[in-house]
Amino acid sequence: MNAKLDDAPISLARRRLLQAGGALLVSFSANLPLPGVADAAGKAVRPPLVPEQLDSFIALRPDGGFTVYFGKVDMGLGVDTAVSQMVADELDVELDQIHVIMGDTGQTVDQGGASGSWAVEKGGGQLRYAAAEARRILIERAAQRLGVPADGLDTRDGDVFLTAQPAKRISYKALMGDGYFRTPLTWNGQLGNNLLARGKARPKSPSQYRIVGQSAQRASLRDNVFGQLKFVTDVRLHGMLHARVIRPPVVGAEPQTIDKASVKDIPGVRIVHERGLLAVLAEKEWNAIRAASLLDVTWTTSADRFPDQAKLYDHIRAAPVLKRNQEHSSGDLAGAMVMAAKTVTATYEWPFQSHACIVGACAVADVRADGATVWTGSQKPHAVRNGVARILDLPPEKVRAIWSRGPGSYGRNDAGDAALEAAHLSRVTGRPVRLQYTRQQGTGWDPKGPATVHTCKAALDADGNVIAYQVENRGFSRTNVMYNEEDPRDSLVGQLLGKGQNSTEGLGSTSETYRFPAALYAWETVPPLVKNASPLRTGHLRDPVGPQVNFAGESFIDELAAATGTDPVEFRLRYQHDPRAVAAIKAAADKFGWTPRVAASQVARSGPYRGRGFALAQRYGTIVAVAVEVEINRETGALRQLRWAAAHDCGQVINPHNLRLMVEGNIIQSGSRSLHEEVTFDREKVTSIDWMSYPILDSTEAPERIYVVLLDRPEIPPTGAGEGATRPVPAALANAIFDATGVRLRRAPFTAERIKAALSAKA
Amino acid sequence: MKTVKLHVDGKAHQVTVDDPEMPLLYALRDELELDNPRFGCGLAQCGACTVHVDGRATRSCVTPLSAVGGMKVTTIAGLGSPGKPHPLQTAFIEEQASQCGYCLNGWMMTAAALVRDNPKATLQEIKDGLSGVKCRCGSHMSFIRAVARVTGAA
Repeated sequence: MNAKLDDAPISLARRRLLQAGGALLVSFSANLPLPGVADAAGKAVRPPLVPEQLDSFIALRPDGGFTVYFGKVDMGLGVDTAVSQMVADELDVELDQIHVIMGDTGQTVDQGGASGSWAVEKGGGQLRYAAAEARRILIERAAQRLGVPADGLDTRDGDVFLTAQPAKRISYKALMGDGYFRTPLTWNGQLGNNLLARGKARPKSPSQYRIVGQSAQRASLRDNVFGQLKFVTDVRLHGMLHARVIRPPVVGAEPQTIDKASVKDIPGVRIVHERGLLAVLAEKEWNAIRAASLLDVTWTTSADRFPDQAKLYDHIRAAPVLKRNQEHSSGDLAGAMVMAAKTVTATYEWPFQSHACIVGACAVADVRADGATVWTGSQKPHAVRNGVARILDLPPEKVRAIWSRGPGSYGRNDAGDAALEAAHLSRVTGRPVRLQYTRQQGTGWDPKGPATVHTCKAALDADGNVIAYQVENRGFSRTNVMYNEEDPRDSLVGQLLGKGQNSTEGLGSTSETYRFPAALYAWETVPPLVKNASPLRTGHLRDPVGPQVNFAGESFIDELAAATGTDPVEFRLRYQHDPRAVAAIKAAADKFGWTPRVAASQVARSGPYRGRGFALAQRYGTIVAVAVEVEINRETGALRQLRWAAAHDCGQVINPHNLRLMVEGNIIQSGSRSLHEEVTFDREKVTSIDWMSYPILDSTEAPERIYVVLLDRPEIPPTGAGEGATRPVPAALANAIFDATGVRLRRAPFTAERIKAALSAKA
Repeated sequence: MKTVKLHVDGKAHQVTVDDPEMPLLYALRDELELDNPRFGCGLAQCGACTVHVDGRATRSCVTPLSAVGGMKVTTIAGLGSPGKPHPLQTAFIEEQASQCGYCLNGWMMTAAALVRDNPKATLQEIKDGLSGVKCRCGSHMSFIRAVARVTGAA
């Protein structure tokens, strides 16, 4: 294929072809001119791409279907399907009439890309307004055409009809005019997640939805099983060079001498060296790979050193505080601690973790004198546009970033780095460049989820009531590199080229709404281990800092339940008053078959240990309660996840089956993070660089069952579901390990070795 | 320069390469523009590049082109078509198995060999047979369910 991953007619025509079992169907072009450009006949100019214009979000195609322009992207959870369902319902058309173009900065306004699991809530919410306004305009046009008042008209199956005389109807297609709505919207002035641009119309009431709430299938998945889905890795441009980069073997080192003769036998190799950046390029991909492996390089020595990994958490405890943020403080905490009949304290530790995407990032860039085009799998294509513009010194309007499917990315992974680096290499070589990071670079050099230490303290009165509760979280900033790449200083290539850093301070705090008479939640950040171009620079990893903060909080809640001789579920219900959280706790316990007893009150004396754990998470309006049953091998310490029950409340459910898959995926991935994942490093480099040194959960370790209870609340607008179920998993597993063995693990991951060591220490 | 004959999904091809030790993956992707086998690790650790070579599930990222000359290569597109799908293709659609889908090729091609060799594979046999394939999104449950649909495992 060539550079047309955004080519709508192919995928839509194919989708219809597949649905018809291969029969030939009428195909049509969903491709409209770019905004601000006249159509082929020169008759109409598509309005410019501005947020306050309905045409920026939705177009009626000549075939009567609609193309939706979505400034967010799908990371594999099916958000394009979900927003198609939402739009189809507003417009009263079938789902296959909707085609979604995502994350092409030439065709979509900046709605923030994939961010915070807000695709449906905020991105889809905006599209509902746009679709409702489009329907209103079509009804208005029909009213004029038929000479009747608009309030006597309704819509169904792509037609406008007279309510009193349903046979009298006119199709949307007949109402399209020159194809554009040219309808102004009232815009709130914001770009990104919070963009809101509304017309006069309002979305329907939940009871009127037909397609929302159905388990519509994902068109991309159908293409994929027949080998027809294209990813960013599949973009090919005429004259393209394949690039591989060579990273410093030791943090902080730069190439000193490069022996070009070492690759002289490989045809057409080009070498780019600029400060810390070293790349090889060739017409043939395999030649670029060979050259990267054979190029003889000597490196400068570097003063940068990491601490001994065995002392990482001591380092975090002792490090200076860059920023402290007290997110919640209520009641007389100090007084309660003094008055306490008993205090309980515990400290929890969480390692650096890698996105470890299924493939290292790939990007394709074509930089020319008059502008640049970049194909990227980044979650934030509009940030890629801005970052590429800055690294190339071009105005942003001269750069087009076209989002193309990449591997699931789970936050600020390496995709943004690759996009900016490919653009730089394309400028230097004067050729289109396809850059593919290796496995070792994907795992070794992606921005890492921050390592953290969490200190918890609670005061109990003489009756065992919690009278004060405190959680302090300390670690490396989750925005040591920003959650997007619009500033080259937040990209690895920018840092390797000496552009400096742009670090800001951020961590996270407890979000569960237990009510205690006095409480304090705070976070503190500490300086990065190495300041520039570090493989341990930290950024957003799925549910940024959520799993570690919740691991501490929900483990500690369990410790308090045990300290007061209370069943863990009962203890949570005692202090939790949010009715939706209470409902989720009860639903998960009920599905699991939870019977009340004190944790670790039935530890097996022989044979495998067996236990159960519970945890609650509240994340940006979404609530997830989980229970898990585990089995632990007494000799090896290996843990098997037997079954999970999850109750999930994210308001209105758009697509139940996709939502279940999302919850399963979160539980599996977070289980992998909890049980296996820890970035390893020595004093000079990261040493976890592939699937052997950074193992993840495999199919033999999958739980036997994951039961998902969806608490559908059609009357409550949907909130995010992409990350919520990640959050409670580590604590639930730690709590299950305690229940099974009587041993409390306060350091993740809970590897077999670590469980075994803890069991030995107890015995 | 060396020319190697390849049979892929029922079609004969000739590929001319600078280095006959080049892995099959790059011949399929870069020379024949068959994108279904995917580069994942280049280390035979993840399975994303899996194709069948003379019926055997093979990691094309570490298989030299010189070792497969004249042999029959099958990619996911050769398993079946929308009009005549392989049972696994139908099952994966029914289960909506996978999230980002980048690894899907590895799961399906590994599973296709598994269900051919063991048409009544049990759940445990399915889990064991797929244990060498990586999925980062955590779609394991749906993959296992999809394969179990085909083998009738409960």
